[in-house]
Amino acid sequence: MKEIILIKNGELALKGLNRSTFEDILIKNIRRRLKPLGEFEYRKEQSTVCVIPADSSVDMDEASARVGRVFGIACYSRALMVEKNMEEILKYTPEYLSSQLKNASTFKVEGKRADKKFPLTSPELSALTGAAVLEKFPHLKVDVKNPEVLITIEIREKNAFIRGNQTKGAGGMPTGTAGKAAVLISGGIDSPVAAYMMAKRGLSLIAVHFASPPYTSPQAEEKVHKLLREVSKYSGNITLFTVGFTEIQEQIRGNCPEDLFTLVMRRFMMRIAQRIACKEDCHALITGESLGQVASQTLLALGCTDSVVDMPVFRPLIGLDKDEIISVSRKIDTFDISIEPFEDCCTVFTPKHPKTKPQQSVLENAEKLLDVDALVEKALENTKVMNICF
Amino acid sequence: MSVYLDNSATTKPCAAAVKKAVEMMNENYGNASSLHNCGYSAKKELDAARSALASFLSCRENEIYFTSSGTSANNTAIFGTALSKKREGRKIITTKLEHPSVLKSFELLEHEGFEAVYLSPGKNGKINLDELYNAVDGGTVLVSVMAVNNEIGSIQEISKIKDIIKAKKSGAYFHCDAVQAFGKIPLTPKKYGIDLMSVSAHKIHGVKGAGALFVSSGVKITPVTVGGGQENGIFSGTEPMPAICAFAAAVGDLGSIDKNLEKAGELKSLFLEKLKNLDKVYVNSPGDALPYIINISVEGVPSQVMLNSLSAEGIYVSAGSACSKGHRSSVLAAVGVAPKLIDCALRISLSKNTTENDMDLLYNGIVNAVKRIRR
Repeated sequence: MKEIILIKNGELALKGLNRSTFEDILIKNIRRRLKPLGEFEYRKEQSTVCVIPADSSVDMDEASARVGRVFGIACYSRALMVEKNMEEILKYTPEYLSSQLKNASTFKVEGKRADKKFPLTSPELSALTGAAVLEKFPHLKVDVKNPEVLITIEIREKNAFIRGNQTKGAGGMPTGTAGKAAVLISGGIDSPVAAYMMAKRGLSLIAVHFASPPYTSPQAEEKVHKLLREVSKYSGNITLFTVGFTEIQEQIRGNCPEDLFTLVMRRFMMRIAQRIACKEDCHALITGESLGQVASQTLLALGCTDSVVDMPVFRPLIGLDKDEIISVSRKIDTFDISIEPFEDCCTVFTPKHPKTKPQQSVLENAEKLLDVDALVEKALENTKVMNICF
Repeated sequence: MSVYLDNSATTKPCAAAVKKAVEMMNENYGNASSLHNCGYSAKKELDAARSALASFLSCRENEIYFTSSGTSANNTAIFGTALSKKREGRKIITTKLEHPSVLKSFELLEHEGFEAVYLSPGKNGKINLDELYNAVDGGTVLVSVMAVNNEIGSIQEISKIKDIIKAKKSGAYFHCDAVQAFGKIPLTPKKYGIDLMSVSAHKIHGVKGAGALFVSSGVKITPVTVGGGQENGIFSGTEPMPAICAFAAAVGDLGSIDKNLEKAGELKSLFLEKLKNLDKVYVNSPGDALPYIINISVEGVPSQVMLNSLSAEGIYVSAGSACSKGHRSSVLAAVGVAPKLIDCALRISLSKNTTENDMDLLYNGIVNAVKRIRR
């Protein structure tokens, strides 16, 4: 007898012949996340993955919390793995699920037999188990349509599994199944949410941050590390590239018209991010922009920042309101870090009246006053790399 | 090489303090309450440290209680007084200039039903003694006024406060947070009519982990940190011997308060004279402030950017107060500094070891930052 975690794949079941590859990546992701907690055995059975700890010392609360953050899982539940006989099933079911059953008023038992040689039929299995539960918890009523607690007894090849209600998983696709992309991260509320949302669709991430000391503090960089550590709980390891951006910002301030500061700066960021992305085998950029949120995020402004790169730019927050973004950031525990009061490079030299309807040609003219290529090269040379993992 | 000008946050421990702390860890590590020789030997060091501090403050040894910090000394004095005198009255008086360890203690007591009065400073950074006179009444149990403010260095008229309490026939205790004043101006509690006075070791080149509370004989406070009954029951917990003995060593190493003060005054005047070469630099500290603390605003250079810029050159100062990270200083607002200048405020805090060269390097650092950053 042992407590295990049963995991149901999400959209993976739809992936036809690729399914096995997807499942293997999912298991690899779960394995990496659970490794620090102890030894586990992983069994693939139909559309279920069974995660079985090697011994009872494993912290199963933490293990299931971690499973809850792995993308590609539709739902999961903790279950008790017992011998495949009625004696054990009847003895352990009420006991194992007592905390759920105590506070409920209705329940239902669903018997499932993968092993058709089991002597009882599924309805017989359900009826006997239901009677045993009622005996221990006489206050309960059976409700087959809409039970508060759905008890499932699965008869598998080697063992029987007892489980109660399932928990909703993180959803999405296993990280890494969709390729790799680079997220531009500032330290604000939006970019970590954007990173999280794209990781959810199966992308592995690298991150690019722009630092402008002395205008920005070492604490602002530290804040980005903390944010990415939270995101990495979902996405797995993230390599962070911190680009020294001071000279570019000073050059922009010294040479360009003030109302274009932010856009010229954004274009530099995109160019540099794309260079890093190419080198790191990424095939898209990710930003936390939301249409119309600030002057540099108007339709025309976004067009002007896009036009300096060839890669697809993913903006998963484009249609979200700020409060919607904030609610995701609270869910993934980045909100409280994001609001720490350290300036990032986006707020250095903010123009008083930024252009909201910029023209491509005006920006290009402004950039003629700068040696764009040389500045980009220099910034790339002045880049620090660090690996961030949970 | 670095220039450390954040001495109001903490100071570099002096060699004598470090030596003493190490000695206490290596050789004299006993628990001063133990009854064997190893404990007894620690006890003797504890007595010697107490005696050294008592003689520095011209008081009796049994009036000195070691604590773990300036904060714990302030908490012990304020809550201790409130608990011991709550039947005599419920009014407590302090100023808006105080350190959070005093202000937050007062706020907590307000929640417990005390009536707290917060006196505002004038533009000179001092409270108006007439207002204090009017605030004190028969139900007042505590007046807590800091000697030197930690952000702007303003000095209160400490010697007059007990007289006001007496004139109003109040039995209130007078507590003085002397953490920034200790060792920098002559402040012997008896002479100044102070009932309770808090000091801290690491602000005077001791090591972190020790503070002390002077409690005048006859003054009764109820202990709020209870346990093994150390420090005559006023502050329980095994004494942090390395920090306490290093504290005494640092006191012994202070030198002449007057000479140090004179030197700090000269460094301050020279520095302020040089600053006149720069446009739009404002001095927030009042003219008669403690010269060790110089608060200025360099318009157009936000505090944090100036701090980063100086820090990159190995020059360390503080933005406003090191204790209020990320918050706009309420003290600067209270003395009438405009919000946009509060955002550019710098606190430069000297020690007795600061040199003219240090101040020159700071000045150059500020000039460089202004050239680069101000638009």
